Order: sequence, then C-alpha cells, then structure tokens
Amino acid sequence: MDAKVVLSLENITKRYPGVLALNKVSLDFLEGEVHALLGENGAGKSTLIKAVAGAIDIDSGIIKINGQEYHKITPSLSRSLGIEVIYQEFNLVPALSVAENIFLCEKSENSILFSTKEIEKKAVKVLDQFGVSINPRTAIQDLSIAEQQIVEIAKAVSKNVKILIMDEPSAPLSVSEVEMMFKIINQLKNNGVTVIYISHRLEEVFRISDRVSVMRDGCYVATKITKETNRQELINLMVGRELKESYPPRKNPPGEIALEVKNLTGNGDQNISFSVRKGEILGISGLVGAGRTELAQLLFGAAHAEQGEILIKGNPVKIKSPSDAIKHKIGFLTEDRKGQGLFLEMAVKWNIVFPIIKQISKYAVVNTKKEDEIASNFKERINIKTPSLLQQVINLSGGNQQKVVLAKSLAAESDILIFDEPTRGIDVGAKQEIYHLMTELADNGIAILMISSDMQELLGMSDRIIVMCEGELVGEVEKEQFNQNYILDLASGTH
Amino acid sequence: MSNQSAFFKDFGVRFGLILRKNVPFLILLFLLILFSFVADKFMTFGNLRTLIRQVSFSGISAVGLMFVMISGGIDLSIGSQVVFTNVLLAIMMVYWKIQPGLAIPLILLVGTGLGAINGFLAISLKIHPLIITLGTSAIFKGLGFIINRSRNIMGFPESFRWFGQGYVLGIPVPVIVMVVVALIGSFILTKTYFGRKVFALGGNEEASRLAGVHINRMKVILFMICGFISSITAVLLLSRVFAGQTVTGQGLEFDCLTAALLGGVSFKGGEGSVFGLMVGIIIIGVLNNAMQLASFPDFSQTVVKGSVLLIAVAFDVYQKNRKAKETVAKVAA
Repeated sequence: MDAKVVLSLENITKRYPGVLALNKVSLDFLEGEVHALLGENGAGKSTLIKAVAGAIDIDSGIIKINGQEYHKITPSLSRSLGIEVIYQEFNLVPALSVAENIFLCEKSENSILFSTKEIEKKAVKVLDQFGVSINPRTAIQDLSIAEQQIVEIAKAVSKNVKILIMDEPSAPLSVSEVEMMFKIINQLKNNGVTVIYISHRLEEVFRISDRVSVMRDGCYVATKITKETNRQELINLMVGRELKESYPPRKNPPGEIALEVKNLTGNGDQNISFSVRKGEILGISGLVGAGRTELAQLLFGAAHAEQGEILIKGNPVKIKSPSDAIKHKIGFLTEDRKGQGLFLEMAVKWNIVFPIIKQISKYAVVNTKKEDEIASNFKERINIKTPSLLQQVINLSGGNQQKVVLAKSLAAESDILIFDEPTRGIDVGAKQEIYHLMTELADNGIAILMISSDMQELLGMSDRIIVMCEGELVGEVEKEQFNQNYILDLASGTH
Repeated sequence: MSNQSAFFKDFGVRFGLILRKNVPFLILLFLLILFSFVADKFMTFGNLRTLIRQVSFSGISAVGLMFVMISGGIDLSIGSQVVFTNVLLAIMMVYWKIQPGLAIPLILLVGTGLGAINGFLAISLKIHPLIITLGTSAIFKGLGFIINRSRNIMGFPESFRWFGQGYVLGIPVPVIVMVVVALIGSFILTKTYFGRKVFALGGNEEASRLAGVHINRMKVILFMICGFISSITAVLLLSRVFAGQTVTGQGLEFDCLTAALLGGVSFKGGEGSVFGLMVGIIIIGVLNNAMQLASFPDFSQTVVKGSVLLIAVAFDVYQKNRKAKETVAKVAA
C-alpha cells in the first residue's frame, strides 16, 4: 500500500493518577482506509481517540495530521482539521429537528439569519447520499436509535469530514441497521474518508475493515492487514500477555450453596439461573453491555426484578432494596467506586462504618469509640494506607479507596460479596493485595461473585466462570476447562 | 536562609488555612469592631439584645433549612409556611377560641404537614426541590391570604404574650428557643446516626442508596423537620407581633438562606455546621441592625442583602473549587 498517511501518532503517552492509560503508542492511519481498533476494556482505545479529538491533553508524544505536527490538540483544532468523533453516547439535541442538529453551530453563508428552509434543503442532500429517507423536520427524540446514528454520521459528513472516528457504533443497532451503516461507511471510504472503527465484535471487524490494530494495557501491540489475519490471531493478540500477576493458592474447597438464582429477569437481563457456594469465587465474564453489572444490581436490590427467585442458603428471599440485601448479608462493591461506592469528602472511618452506623449506635447516638475501634481494625487488617482515619477518602490512591469500599462491606459482615471490577484503575501492588484479601475471604467461607473484564484475573481467581452476552447467560465453565479463547468466544456471542 | 523562607512559607500556608476555615467568624468580628466605632449606639447591651432577638426568628428557621440543605435539598417555602401557619394560629385562637395550650401543638402539626407536602412532591415529581418549594411557596402564601381575608386578627389571651415578648433571666424567650433548637439540631447532626445519614445523602445520594439508606423516606422526614421548626417560628412571631397579619414571615427564607451560605453550609449538600450557621445569622443581624441605626432607606437595605447573598454563594463556590484543586494536586503528587 502506498496510500497517503493522514494521521500519524508518535509515542503518545497519557498518565492518569495511578494508571498509565497510554504508553508510547505509535500508529499510522491511511487516507481512505477503514482501520479497526481492537482491545479489551481498559486497553486505552477510548483514551487514544480522546487524544486525537483533543478531548484530553496528552502528556507527551506527537500527533501528525496531514504532515503537520501537533503537541497539543484542542477540540476546535481537531474539528477544523476534519476530524469528527461519534461517541457511544450521541451528541444530539433531542428536542431539535434533524436538520437543526446536522447544522448546529453552522453559520449560513449569505445571511446572519438562520434559515430553516436552507438547512432543511441541505440536510436532505446529505441524507440522500446515504440513500435513506428521514424527514429533516422530525425531532431527534422521535427517531429510532439507528436513525439517530445516521444523523450523527450525517452531521460529521456535512462538516467535510476527513477522519471519522466511531466508538462502538454498532452497539445499539440491529443486524439490518448495521448493514445500512456499513454501506454508509463504504461510501465514505470511496470518497477518501479515513474511518477509525472501534468495536468489540470481531466479525464486524472482518466485514468492514481494511487494517486492524490491537491495543493492550495502554500499549500498541500490532497492526494487521485484515485479509491476512484471522480471528484466532486477533484474540491471541488481545489477551496474550504473559502472566504478570500471581494468584494466591486457596486452602479450603467450596462448601454448601450460599446463593441460588432461578430465572431472574429484569433490568435488561433475561432468565438468569446460577448458584454460588460458600467459599467459592464465581467469575462473571462478558463484554461491556453484556448485563453483568445489571445482574449485580438485581441481586443487590438496586434495580427491580420482574421475575425469578433468589434463594439464600436454600430459603427464598425478597430483595427489593439495597437495605434488604444488606439485611441478608449481601455486599456489593460497585465498579464506580467514586460515583456510587464512597463518600469522597468524608473521612476514612466515616465511610467504613456508614453501612453499620445504626448498629453501632445506642439510643440513636453513634458510639464513636466503637467507630474508631472498627475502623482502625480494618485499617490494620486490610492494610489501608492512610496517614489518619480522619483523612478524606478523596485523598487516597485508587487501590486504597477500593480497600475502603471493601472494608465497608466487611464491616457489614456480609456472607455474599459481589465484586464489580475489583481491580479496575488500581496499580499492580494494590491489585496483589486485593487478590490476597479475596482469597482469604473465600477461605473463610464467604461466597464471592466477581465481575471482571480482565481475562487473566478471571482465570486466575475464579473457581468457576459464568459467561454473559446481551443480557443472557450463555455458558458456564469449570476450572478444568478454563481457556481464555473459549470464554472470549462465548462472550462475543458466536454460539 | 532557605530554611527560614521555608518556615515562613509553611507558616503562611497554615495561617491561610486557619483564616479560610474561620472566614465567617472573622467577618463577624470585623463588622462588630467596625460598627462599634461608626455608631455609638451599636455596642450597648440593649442594642445587642434587640439585634439578637431580631434575628432569632430567622435563626430558628435556618436550623430547619440547614437540615434540608446538608442533605442536598433546599426549601424556599419557609417564609410562606410561616405566613400560613401564623394566620391559621391567629384564627384558631381568636375566632375558634382554642386555648394556646392546644392551638400551639396543633399548629406545629400543621407546619410539619406542610413540610411533608414538600417532601412528597419532591420525591414523586423527582424535580429539584428549588422548583417544588418555589411552587408550594406561592401556594402556602396564597392560602394564608385567603384564610386571612384581609383582617388584622387581634385579641389573643394575655398568656400567649410570653413566647415572643417575655424574658428569662433578662434573655428574650425567642433567643432562648433559638439556642435550644440550635443545640438540639447540632446534637442530631453530629452525634446521631440519623445525622450521618443526612450528611451521606448530601454527599453522595447513590452511594447512600447502595449503603441501605431509604432515601425517599429521609427526604420527606427532612422537609417535615424543616416545616416543624418553621411553625415554631410562626408561633413566636405571632406572639411577638400580637396580631395575625399576612406580612409576618414573608421573605423569611432569604435571611435563612444567606445565613446558611455565609456560615459554610454548602449549596450542594454534604457540608455545614450549626456553629457556622449561627455565626451567619448574627452577621445578618449585625448588618440589619447597623443599617437600621444608620437609617438606610428600605430599598437600599434590599440591595445590600441581595449582594451579601451573592457574595456568600460566590464564597461557597470558591471554597469548593479550591478544595478540588488541592485534591488534584495531592493525587498528582
């Protein structure tokens, strides 16, 4: 290939507190190619496109666009160079019409006034290119998701787009709608537009892309010509890292059944049935949007179940709110610890005892002696690194924040713990400690459900793994049969 | 040399921290000193007593507002609640001949009920309480006017006079009530598990829900507390004015809100202390009093009050931003 390089990344590095999101990533994109970007969750794909779009500042590295070097890109600069991004969440104004959305912020050429007729005419022209008939006067909120997606693309095209970046564009679409989108992508390609296509779905990558690049843990791994590679090779590139973490051995075998779920339906999940034993770590695998967190919310009463049964130690229980779940000794460590798990501006000890604040009160007055006792006990036991128990949680590192979340659930003396992405965004050392703690808890007879997108972690920690895809349970894998390719295969819904 | 400069730098930082934490108190001190020089009559026992009694009414209601604000809500209908309960209490005692001993508990119940209405509307409509209570404020005030029928209701039993006009050991009764309400409020907020839940709700609503807090129930209870406390204010104000009028209580929430913001109660919830609130209330009292002593025209007083409210909000926002920046710096380091 001797096509022109339109976008070239050189040694792009971006560090967030505690995480290296992008580690010296270098990558070229050619004119008129569809370039797929693959990688597990947290591989750095989203950060990379944000860097190109100017949504974040990079720490070091050079971004070359049409041969021009840039150290810093702002959103308006990126726009003016013809880069458009379609994010997973649409940037459309629901109450405005299709035409108004496509030409939002656009100035009219010959008048200071905004001419509805003129933009409607222009909108029809753009939409006609795609061979779709959407009335430009319709309000966005009255369109289907697929139609909104098309309006997003039309918006980008109307701005004379040179590089179109699409983040998981097929996620909300049905099969026929995806076909329509592919047609549009091919048209854009023929017009010389570079399309950067981010997706988890391998079959789509093979259908639409010319080249495919794989990222892992913030690093660039490889670029392949799509025709010359295969599914197996790509999966290996995505997950194939040497085992960096070690997983502590377990002493005690699982005991009797602690939690059983029968035909649980609701919150986007369908007919989920499984069980977990005391002292067992049950891994829950699946892609983003597979309904894993939704399942956790159902079990914890944070979302409403329409159907199905939850049995704890063989007895059916009704869990209608988180407080019911806590009463039944279920603990939930959310993946969004800053948004949902912690009171960031409160002290460490304040956070730890909050779920049991009523129990450590006498005549409604909090027993602060007991509070100090419990908090310092957990500080020791799970090694929370903080200068003082009075320190605000916001000032702790990610790993120590996660330990505070864990301490909260342990203080409530939960028998069943649901970990949602327990090690996301924390450094290797803290990860090790979390693994040891989880192992210790399991050895003490606690039933653990672990949702994780980190395949190594799932394989290393779990006794058994269940796999979810699109709100359904698609498989269960025993430890003897653990195989990452098989699990990834199940999770991408090819079976 | 470098050691010395480091020492001064460190000292400067610490001093700045202490200053910032006690800004409301320092402002109060500054105002007290300023006015004692400017106006001779200011620093007299009589004047200070009047000053405190003047603000004690908003001071009581402000405690209720603080409960709602710390939980992340707001109640703009306080003044109108007082308008309604004040007139209703007057009617109860004068036209329905109900003894104060029964009428007062009844009106406290009614006030609590008004709060409950706010609470239920807030949780069922799921709209910010700012709008809800703006609406109910108009409704409560309107109802007050309707039942008042432009009368100036007079003729209360003499025993009722004590609440607003009496003294205990030379201290006006409303001031004593304010102190008691403030102390109880402070106790509930800082010592009880209920208080923790209030802070939790304002600090992170979703995390509170996931920690097992019944957030809807909490919200209703907090508005009820606010309504209950405001009806105490209504009782004291009626006794003070000794005539049932719709003017009484109007715009009361303005002083309460300003005092809360001045005293460090965050508009976003999760922060605040009764001590700060009381300092805020006294600042308002000092300003009102000084403006009266200097015989400021009414409308100019309104301009000053509006400015003070906005300055207080600006200060709240500034504190938040500053904190956020410090945190980022700490995490980065």
